[in-house]
Amino acid sequence: MSDIKKIATRDSYGNALVELAKTHDDFLVLDADLAAATKTGIFKKALPERFNNCGIAEQNLMGVAAGIAATGKKVFASSFAMFAAGRAFEQVRNSIGYPHLNVKICATHAGISVGEDGATHQCNEDIALMRTIPGMTVINPADDTEARMAVFKAYELDGPVYIRFGRLAVPVIFDESYDFQIGKGVELKPGNDVTIIATGLMVNEALQAHDLLLQDGINARVINMATIKPIDSEIIVKAAMETGAIVTAEEHSVIGGLGSAVCDVVCAECPVPVVKLGVYDTFGMSGPANELLDVFGLRAKNIVEKVHDVLQLKK
Amino acid sequence: MDTAKRISLEKQATKIRMGIIEGVHSAKSGHPGGSLSITDILTYLYFEKMNIDPKNPRMEGRDRFVLSKGHAAPALYSVLANRGYFSVDELMGLRHTGALLQGHPDMKHIPGVDMSTGSLGQGISAATGMALSAKHFKENYKVYCACGDGEIEEGQVWEAAMFAANKSLNNLIVFIDNNHLQIDGTIEEVNSPMPIDQKFKAFNWNVILINGHDFDEIERAVEEANKSTDKPTAIIAETVKGKGVSFMENQVGWHGSAPNDEQYAIAMKELEEKLASL
Repeated sequence: MSDIKKIATRDSYGNALVELAKTHDDFLVLDADLAAATKTGIFKKALPERFNNCGIAEQNLMGVAAGIAATGKKVFASSFAMFAAGRAFEQVRNSIGYPHLNVKICATHAGISVGEDGATHQCNEDIALMRTIPGMTVINPADDTEARMAVFKAYELDGPVYIRFGRLAVPVIFDESYDFQIGKGVELKPGNDVTIIATGLMVNEALQAHDLLLQDGINARVINMATIKPIDSEIIVKAAMETGAIVTAEEHSVIGGLGSAVCDVVCAECPVPVVKLGVYDTFGMSGPANELLDVFGLRAKNIVEKVHDVLQLKK
Repeated sequence: MDTAKRISLEKQATKIRMGIIEGVHSAKSGHPGGSLSITDILTYLYFEKMNIDPKNPRMEGRDRFVLSKGHAAPALYSVLANRGYFSVDELMGLRHTGALLQGHPDMKHIPGVDMSTGSLGQGISAATGMALSAKHFKENYKVYCACGDGEIEEGQVWEAAMFAANKSLNNLIVFIDNNHLQIDGTIEEVNSPMPIDQKFKAFNWNVILINGHDFDEIERAVEEANKSTDKPTAIIAETVKGKGVSFMENQVGWHGSAPNDEQYAIAMKELEEKLASL
């Protein structure tokens, strides 16, 4: 495993901003005293005049971002997921979401894999919060390649976008030939026995689960669902009809995240059993990220267990 | 300010007050008190000061205005209608289902509204962002904003105040509509933000105190604010909640309730008499 290249998607974000700035001069970057951690510091170092530190004041950060966007410019606004989506939720809803402004909220340190900082900083609710806002696009990239592409596509999109990045270095899954499109899921492995729909760092775990399941004679389709909203209902319905059972996998609460978004589609359009893997209505805890992913059951072997569970329910 | 100009502004402000009363009466809800207290300031900005074009509401380089105390929307709408952004007939649709004029300002649909506001404390941050954008992209427009005195109990206002001063946003001018009343009582009773002037001074703002119903003082304050070289300006305007309608003046009950038909008739008669006297 040691030869697999690993990059934290927060680094991908910082690098993508600098790359984007080479060809676009109509956007600013804001942070709330976390530039070194969110990696907007990479942008700050390259283009200090286009970077503004709003200090430890996330509510004002979102309002300032809205104001910049209201003048016809674009803006990337960053903090940790807990503070961007949580603390400033109402500013995001009313000052950014309601007027549908061109603010790209790029939140890092999402999920359990924040690690040692513990429960106060491990946001497992951000996808749920952000996807309730009308017109908000919500993206949770799986690796470095997808994260960079998500930044570029979000810039091009007219309207508010929430992108979720992680602190932990994760394997690079995709090469430059990967075609990321906002709102499109991607089938990474074919299979007709069951479908695993994963997002973020769980995509790599889903690919491993696919291989483990093959050893048991189970051929699982694997779908990467980077865009949680608008959700790709077409690929979900197709998977439900062709495989008859779905497991969702996310480093987020099972309440309101990817699993809920998939269930919304499946319940309405093609009812089949869905089992959700994620964080089960509990707060996180301190510890090294890779240990916590074991403790919270966010691993390939846990996906395999859920696949066996859902196959019991499959008619 | 010469007498003719002042009388012209007073006439305009009276017409705008009539539009506020008509709108709120038609809606059977809304916020007349704080709309009437901010009317003279808005009248001055939109009819005298701001570089705007009602025929081209999104004109590049225009001055911006953010009504951070968004519940005073009837005042902003009446100003915009009388300034020609849309028909004054729209005022009668205020808060009605499917009508143009939402209960609080909506920049996506209402011509002339520069920022959607209504949740208190948020507009001043947006105005700060606009001023920052103007600086960065080297545009010369000014950003005006109006906050309520009760509104500044919101912590976000002081986050914005700290940031605007630290970024030397001298193109940002914020009026504080100091009418002394909020929904539950006087600002002193509820959670006093006083002394407002010293708070803004402590946040490194340029601070000017005026009578918010005196056009000479409003004009002088704005001119002084526009000369600031390195600081944002807070113009703390002493105002009367419900100004211009005798039974609404300084009455907390008129923060968020509409006049009935009889009260509407009295209010309109008073304003018509005022207009005739000018």
